[in-house]
Amino acid sequence: MILSIYNFTLLTDKIHSFLSAHMSEEFVLTTELVLIGLLIVTFVAVLAMVLIYTERKVAAYMQLREGPNRVGIYGTGQVVADVLKLVLKEGITPNGADKLMFNLAPYIVLSTCIMALAPIAFGNGLVLWDLNIGVLYITSITSLGVIGILIAGWSSNNKYSMLGAMRSGAQIVSYELSAGLCIISIVVLAGSMQMSEIVNSQADGWWIFKGHLPVIVAFIIFIIAATAELNRAPFDLAEAESELTAGFHTEYSGMKFAMFFLAEYINMFVLCAMAATLFLGGWMPFHIGHWTTFNNVMDYIPSPLWFLGKTFFIIFIIMWFRWTFPRLRVDQLLDLEWKYLLPISMINLLMIALMNILGWHF
Amino acid sequence: MNSTPIDFFPIVIQFFVAAGFVGITMFATHFIGPKLNTRKKLKPFESGVQSVGNARQPFAIKYFLTAILFVLFDVEVIFLYPYAVNFLELGMSGLITMLLFMGLLLCGLIYVIRSGALDWE
Repeated sequence: MILSIYNFTLLTDKIHSFLSAHMSEEFVLTTELVLIGLLIVTFVAVLAMVLIYTERKVAAYMQLREGPNRVGIYGTGQVVADVLKLVLKEGITPNGADKLMFNLAPYIVLSTCIMALAPIAFGNGLVLWDLNIGVLYITSITSLGVIGILIAGWSSNNKYSMLGAMRSGAQIVSYELSAGLCIISIVVLAGSMQMSEIVNSQADGWWIFKGHLPVIVAFIIFIIAATAELNRAPFDLAEAESELTAGFHTEYSGMKFAMFFLAEYINMFVLCAMAATLFLGGWMPFHIGHWTTFNNVMDYIPSPLWFLGKTFFIIFIIMWFRWTFPRLRVDQLLDLEWKYLLPISMINLLMIALMNILGWHF
Repeated sequence: MNSTPIDFFPIVIQFFVAAGFVGITMFATHFIGPKLNTRKKLKPFESGVQSVGNARQPFAIKYFLTAILFVLFDVEVIFLYPYAVNFLELGMSGLITMLLFMGLLLCGLIYVIRSGALDWE
């Protein structure tokens, strides 16, 4: 079966051999590192802008209004204008704040989520670093972000920030458990933690289709947990505008605020990319049984498009949640996790293990 | 699946790229913006109300309890990762062991819920 006619290992190999033909070995390594660094930075900046624009447009159309529509074509210039404005703003460090911690917090929050981008498989052979513990790396790195949030809340010396950070910490930490269990259930099925192997295990069908009910349950729990980990509505009581103004980043302004904003969207992308890779087959095209013609047509769509399409579909669902469900209270939020989602995902994991050992999936 | 420390070298590069990107933007924008610091502006923002006292006060113990419970259950999740990878080799006996492990943890969770550790009055 040809899985995608566009194989990016060929492209990367070509770049490597082209560079090697012209330079010495150390220089090739340096050039490649610089290229990779530039790619990451560009990708992060463009991705955040696209996501902010999408968010505003989705929000607008859900409320029957236009959204940004003045700057540029269909308001696409609005995000650039906003970024420029944020760059030119003054970054205030309030008097009561712990100066070092206050400036360190946005640093931790953003750099951890940029680091989590490394093992994500964007396409066939298009991965920065195909690590053998890929999913474990992502879960461990993204969970470091909560430290930055707690530091931000504590160092601001503001009651709203403190409360927001506490709520956010408790929430992220709790929902990480069931998200972790859902990830493990796919690791059980795929037998590997490496992103490329998880994607390859779905060559004959995405896990959500061939995993029966338990995988669908795991997918739903993962989406709920991801929404909660991102502090997004209906679980946005860490920032709850009407009660805490902005939660842990109340005191931040200018570029420091932009860092938190950027981190939020990069994190959203990372978690949705995880969901797309684990449950929806990553960059694998959509195939139906023995419809050879249909499958061949699907193979012609490049793999990064499949990956981004799936990821943006999940991002759209998460944005949709925001305008559909009312905000929970903090005790309801923790009840939902500890009394429902955690036991359900534990039992679900055992079901998947049993199903796999008896060979009940396709 | 053996890996040497050099396989984890990209983590260092990724770290430098991330830290460098954030550092350079923060450093550059530090010099761009205006700097007009007044006493009122540097006060903590509390919706226009005069702020009273220090914000670093004791907080609800429930948050602490949640964090402690998280540590317990997260260790359990970490234990599950190696099991999940070697799951097919371990076969039925491995599954039964895992059932026992998860069963004990579920008992612990039920105990925590029944003892009211997660109730917010």
